[in-house]
Amino acid sequence: MSSNPANRAAPHTRAVHPAQCIFSTDHRIIGRQYLVLALVSVILGTLLSLIMRIHLVWPEFFRNPLIKPEDYLAIVTLHGTIMLFFVLTTAPQSGFGNLILPSQIGARHMAFPRLNAASFWLTAIALLVLLASPFVPGGTAISGWTAYPPLSAVASAGPGQALGMDLWLVSIALFAIASTISSINTLVTIVRLRCHGMTWDRLPLTVWGWFTAALLSILAFSVLLAALLMLFCDRHAGTSFFLPTGDLVNGVIHQRGNGSPLLWLHLFWFFGHPEVYIAILPGMGLTSMVLANFSHRRVFGYRLMIATTLAIGFLGILLWGHHMFVAGLNPFASTAFSVTTIAIALPASAKVLSWIATTWRSRPRYTTAMLFSLGFVSLFVTGGLTGPVLAQPILDEYLHNTTFVVGHFHLIMSMAGIVGLFAAIYYWFPQLTASARRPGRLLSESLGRWHFWLTIIGAYTCFLPMYFTGLAGEPRQYAQITAIPNAAGRLLAATRPLNLHITYGAIFLAAAQFVFLYNLIRSLRHGAVASPNPWSATTLEWHPAATDLASGEKITVYHSPCEYRTSPTAEVSFLPQWSEDAVTDVKPE
Amino acid sequence: MPLALHLTALLPPLLPTDASAHGPALDRHLLLNLWIILALASLAHILLLFGLALRRAPEARRLWTIEYLPLAVLGITFAALAVHAERLWAGTRYTGASPEAMQVEVTGMQFAWYFRYPGPDATFGITRPQLAAPGEGNPVGIDPADPHSTDDLVTSELVLPAGREIDLRLQAQDVIHGFSVPELRLKQNAVPGESIHIHFTPTTPGTYAILCTQLCGLGHYRMNANLRILKLDEFRTWLADKEKAAHP
Repeated sequence: MSSNPANRAAPHTRAVHPAQCIFSTDHRIIGRQYLVLALVSVILGTLLSLIMRIHLVWPEFFRNPLIKPEDYLAIVTLHGTIMLFFVLTTAPQSGFGNLILPSQIGARHMAFPRLNAASFWLTAIALLVLLASPFVPGGTAISGWTAYPPLSAVASAGPGQALGMDLWLVSIALFAIASTISSINTLVTIVRLRCHGMTWDRLPLTVWGWFTAALLSILAFSVLLAALLMLFCDRHAGTSFFLPTGDLVNGVIHQRGNGSPLLWLHLFWFFGHPEVYIAILPGMGLTSMVLANFSHRRVFGYRLMIATTLAIGFLGILLWGHHMFVAGLNPFASTAFSVTTIAIALPASAKVLSWIATTWRSRPRYTTAMLFSLGFVSLFVTGGLTGPVLAQPILDEYLHNTTFVVGHFHLIMSMAGIVGLFAAIYYWFPQLTASARRPGRLLSESLGRWHFWLTIIGAYTCFLPMYFTGLAGEPRQYAQITAIPNAAGRLLAATRPLNLHITYGAIFLAAAQFVFLYNLIRSLRHGAVASPNPWSATTLEWHPAATDLASGEKITVYHSPCEYRTSPTAEVSFLPQWSEDAVTDVKPE
Repeated sequence: MPLALHLTALLPPLLPTDASAHGPALDRHLLLNLWIILALASLAHILLLFGLALRRAPEARRLWTIEYLPLAVLGITFAALAVHAERLWAGTRYTGASPEAMQVEVTGMQFAWYFRYPGPDATFGITRPQLAAPGEGNPVGIDPADPHSTDDLVTSELVLPAGREIDLRLQAQDVIHGFSVPELRLKQNAVPGESIHIHFTPTTPGTYAILCTQLCGLGHYRMNANLRILKLDEFRTWLADKEKAAHP
């Protein structure tokens, strides 16, 4: 596991210094480091969500320590921030982007290896800064991952809004810098380092996903960084970007200049909405490739899929205002943002149609990666279809900030995103575990099937009912939904049975992940040894020389990905991208 | 459709009571949306599973029938839904309240809602943040020096007459709050430094929940108030009693 080609030539004669491994500039090691960071983060984020769900339906469960309302909101902030930034942005884009992307385009390394290592370590520091915030006076910020001012701009607005909020700002600023650097690296790698024959229309759709997400990242994270800096200045440098004159927070009056909190909403959501596409675009690309691979088919409408990926990216930067329909936006602007939002349903639907057409009458091979990709399609549909509903301002007026929205983005972004990551892990596990000295291993497929079914059942049990609690009027981010006085209590009490159901679903979903963790730990050492191309894949990461940096073999591409032939005897054969013309028979399992 | 009606009768109500004039049209449009997405989600899953179950056939090539035609149908469906939704939105939001509408000011602060009625002069007195003193009965900081402020009435529950258009002026003293009345299908943030107007007509007398739907701090969950909708004559009596008590 060394980055130095000289070490690879004689792996047994020279010991590798641990520091060389930890501060490696090898993209495969950096990719693994990102994935370990995301795994730690997702475990933390999941535990936090369980605390929230249990506290909501059984408020007396946690007595020592007691969960105060501010603690609940601190958990909300941590859960959202960790999951959005350190799991859903990090793992697909940086983790698999590093591990797989270069070899999928026939490159030996990323364009800027040292910058690559720097962005990982910045991300790691960002996570540590965030995780330090519960231990400072006042604790973690309580303003959620969206950090709307003045709540986030004034220290007197609540516990956690002093030092905790500063740490949140520093953490996310570091993360934004790291993501911007990493995206530049990704873009330059794709543009400059494609091997001979890897034309743009031969690029696997995963690469198109990473490419579009990187473009969005640069635009979105640089605006976020500016916004964070402005908020920091409002807090410490006497500026008033987001604070109006006369704002009175907990006895403290803002006497200086006259700004507007709405400016933050614009800047934040200009970042925030593309961010959700950054999280999901690589998963969409992988879904297309995995479905095609195990269906032994070309991706249906390949060029259209490239076009829709880019269209989603382009429209993705034009619809941030749909988060602001009831925030004080001009009602005419709401109409405009509503139109751009509904428009994005079309490229998204085109993708679903292509996925159905790709698998249609294909009699695919149901590997775990295939199952998770089919799960991705299902969750993408059930989560995505509520998007056009929420995009209509008059309906959003009723549904905004209810659990309907929580159900929507958890199904489409979190669950589809996570399920996409599971597909990636099962599919690329040999890539994840291979090193110069030993071949890659496979995760257990039988445990994988259990993992898939339990996860998909858990995901729907937990998140589908949120649509109904939202329709019943339950707002999100409430630290307590029982024993509420006034008419509000009656409204919230009606959601109690479904909320219990959601909590049971959450516990079930989390428990199901032990199957995955067990499979992961067991297979790292004892998994079946993978053959060089275990899935009969056509893309370059399975090229015999792809993982061997020392080989120096020149890789040339001759085909589009996912080319298969069915012979008259119904034998399916596949054409790897690197194969000059020889048709390789698909080996039976 | 009869089956659907039967199912909806079995389940608890999907939506809470609807007590505003614009609400029924919103509900009908929402339910239409929900039925359409339910149909689309079912269709997608049926096609996916059906395609997986059938025996292998050569791969499809007809981009027009598989992609563009369904996309056109979806596009028209979403466009039709959007046009209707925008018309409803325009009806409630593109124009302000009529001049005869009853004026009430709503102020959100950590963690309470206050409601101010302008009194017989129909004009709100000036407020100043430095005068805000919840403990002394002046939570919104009314300036007593302003002649318009003497007849202003501040309450902690919102009481409105049924059948009359209401013009709410939303303000926030400290952080952003979300003024929301699910049973009147109303939601609008109150933003510090801005006065945002919404207008509506309550229809059904009753007591409804006013919630905060924008995370505003540790007491966000308990920032609620009651909205009482009264018949017009009952409302007049209530207002007269309140004014008598406040300004004897």
